[in-house]
Amino acid sequence: MGLPISQTLAPDGELVAAHHFTADELRAFHRDLVLARRIDTEAFALQRHGELGLWPPMLGQEAAQIGSGRALAANDFVFPSYREHGVAWCRGVDPTLLLAIFRGTSLGGWDPAEHGFALPAIIIGAQTLHAVGYGIGLTLEGKEDAVVTYFGDGATSQGDTNEAFAWAASYNAPVVFFCQNNQYAISVPLERQTRIPIAQRAAGFGFEGIRVDGNDVLAVHQVTSEALAKARSGGGPTLIEAITYRMGAHTTSDDPSRYRDPREADEWAERDPLLRLRALLERTDPGFAEFDAQVQAEAEQLGQRLREACKALPDPDLAALFEHVYADLPPELVAQREEVRSWS
Amino acid sequence: MSTDTPNVFALPDVGEGLTEAEIVSWHVAVGDEVGVNDPLVDIETAKSIVELPSPFAGRVEALLVEEGQTVRVGTPIVQIGGGAPAEASEAPTTEKREVLVGYGPSVSRRRTRNRPRNGSPAPSVRVLAKPPVRKLAKDLGIDLAKVPARGDAVTRAEVEEFARMLSGAGTTAAPVTGVRRATAEAMIASVAVPQATEWVTVDVSASVELVERLRADRRFDGVKVTTTLLTARAVCLALGRTPDLHARWNDSTIEHPASVGLGIAAATERGLVVPVVREAERLSLADLGHAIDDLVATARAARIQPDQMSGGTFTLTNVGVFGVDGGTPILPPGQSGILALGRVARRPWVVDEEVVPRWVTTLAVTFDHRVADGEQASRFLADVATILEHPAMALAF
Repeated sequence: MGLPISQTLAPDGELVAAHHFTADELRAFHRDLVLARRIDTEAFALQRHGELGLWPPMLGQEAAQIGSGRALAANDFVFPSYREHGVAWCRGVDPTLLLAIFRGTSLGGWDPAEHGFALPAIIIGAQTLHAVGYGIGLTLEGKEDAVVTYFGDGATSQGDTNEAFAWAASYNAPVVFFCQNNQYAISVPLERQTRIPIAQRAAGFGFEGIRVDGNDVLAVHQVTSEALAKARSGGGPTLIEAITYRMGAHTTSDDPSRYRDPREADEWAERDPLLRLRALLERTDPGFAEFDAQVQAEAEQLGQRLREACKALPDPDLAALFEHVYADLPPELVAQREEVRSWS
Repeated sequence: MSTDTPNVFALPDVGEGLTEAEIVSWHVAVGDEVGVNDPLVDIETAKSIVELPSPFAGRVEALLVEEGQTVRVGTPIVQIGGGAPAEASEAPTTEKREVLVGYGPSVSRRRTRNRPRNGSPAPSVRVLAKPPVRKLAKDLGIDLAKVPARGDAVTRAEVEEFARMLSGAGTTAAPVTGVRRATAEAMIASVAVPQATEWVTVDVSASVELVERLRADRRFDGVKVTTTLLTARAVCLALGRTPDLHARWNDSTIEHPASVGLGIAAATERGLVVPVVREAERLSLADLGHAIDDLVATARAARIQPDQMSGGTFTLTNVGVFGVDGGTPILPPGQSGILALGRVARRPWVVDEEVVPRWVTTLAVTFDHRVADGEQASRFLADVATILEHPAMALAF
């Protein structure tokens, strides 16, 4: 009755299923995981330095994001929430632009069309509807691309997300709903969101639900690739539930020790997504030690670059607020802009 | 001393809109070499304890805030010398400012990072504040320009703080310490005990007469004979007749103390102190009087020892000395009852169908309703009243 949980790489680094990845692809996953974690931990530290107003850490969710992000094709489009720093990395968005959002100096900063990566949605679950609309648009235009939307376990209780499921099913939209089930909606545990596995909900809407070990980058890549291929070929939506764990706080303003048993975090630390791929590579890749040293050096450089870039981010001009909504600014907004200019 | 520009780390807002934090513990000491993102210090905010990593690499030159101090966001907390030049030149809020080594500057300077100053300043001096804050100030009748702002814009908290300051002018506050705190804690603990109070008004003219007679008796030389002393003796006798009331609730059992530890509530300069007369029921009236006098004198001289205030099973308090008729005493935690003696005053009283002036007082007893009921409390109170009304009845106890 219950849905099986796909797994390729067990927490101890043992392969429990066959895979098709080359040695170079495995190395590339390792590099992505390490650099994505570095972006995240560096940004967290920058918040503690007083350089960012806020940061939502993704510590522990790297495999879910890198595995799915690297399964995307160039023409696919992502509608993320605010924690998809690893997916942004896969889509070529400069992490400095993420810092600018959380420093409060930018309301966006990249061209979503250029990267196939929308601006972060802070409203929980809103992006699922955007994705379905985009997906229906792809169908109407006859394009064979797919759209992915990322959300958490908490978002599955939102009306928006359930409406998105209903619309996607009824229009057979080419949407992959990628749920990172990190066990907590801020402080609310999963058992307050659902009594059945999240993926099982898809059946009620009339499409396929899949469960995958979200800390297994290989399995995540595998199931996401299949769901994307199905979407591009007219097979309709898929709900992927990537079972993972938010090893850190909800945001830098949160203190998870108030609502989580520390032993739980210890258990999940043993399932760390970076450790299992490292274990596999150390065992099977003769040149891994040298490669890993390069990756660690690259991570150090990335960290330093982010620190410097963060502090060098320019303060915005207040009048810039008026720039990106209207092509032709209505007269009353022109007046407001001029008032703002004279004020600052 | 490093000749490089020192880097000063100002307390960041690690939450959303936090204004201050306590420095809980330093992970580094002056002279330590730290790297970027090495743990520096744990701070406690209104929300949580947070570890701050170092934004700089170099030698710790000075810890500017001591552990245990609470400082505002923006206050420099540590100085680290000899950072990488690029970082040093861009360090935030490191404007040349006077920092006393070993002390935190009192108030942080206004932050300037987000203040683009294009062109000339606006001609009208308009204070920056969000519209809801403006409305709040208007509703409270406060001129925003007068509100001291820490940042560029006046915040809601600052308006509220200013309003409190205006309304609370002249209010003083003193720290809660010593006897005051002990009394407060005892009273808070007492709230958990279900307790009830009964009272009776009684003609104590005979007791007043007895007091006069005993004062003339040389066996009571040096003893302060009062109606309080007679009441203390009456309490001991009555407790012997109603052992159910002389009991201590112990969750699964009810303990009956072997003897009476009679607490005597005494007002002292330091506050309410309750010394205890041990085995009070075994003492003669004169010895009881001596014991009470000694303990109260010791308490008033602030020389009372903790063990002289422990072991109480029942307390006597005389609110009458303050000129009041009675009250509802509150149980000392761990005791089963407390009796309050009111003012002994001349009152009209009905004797043989005639209204005549008599010495009258009101007795009130509060008891632990877990160990006894109104029945036992009533019997006890009636016994005490009977003895004070007809002291000879003590022979019957």
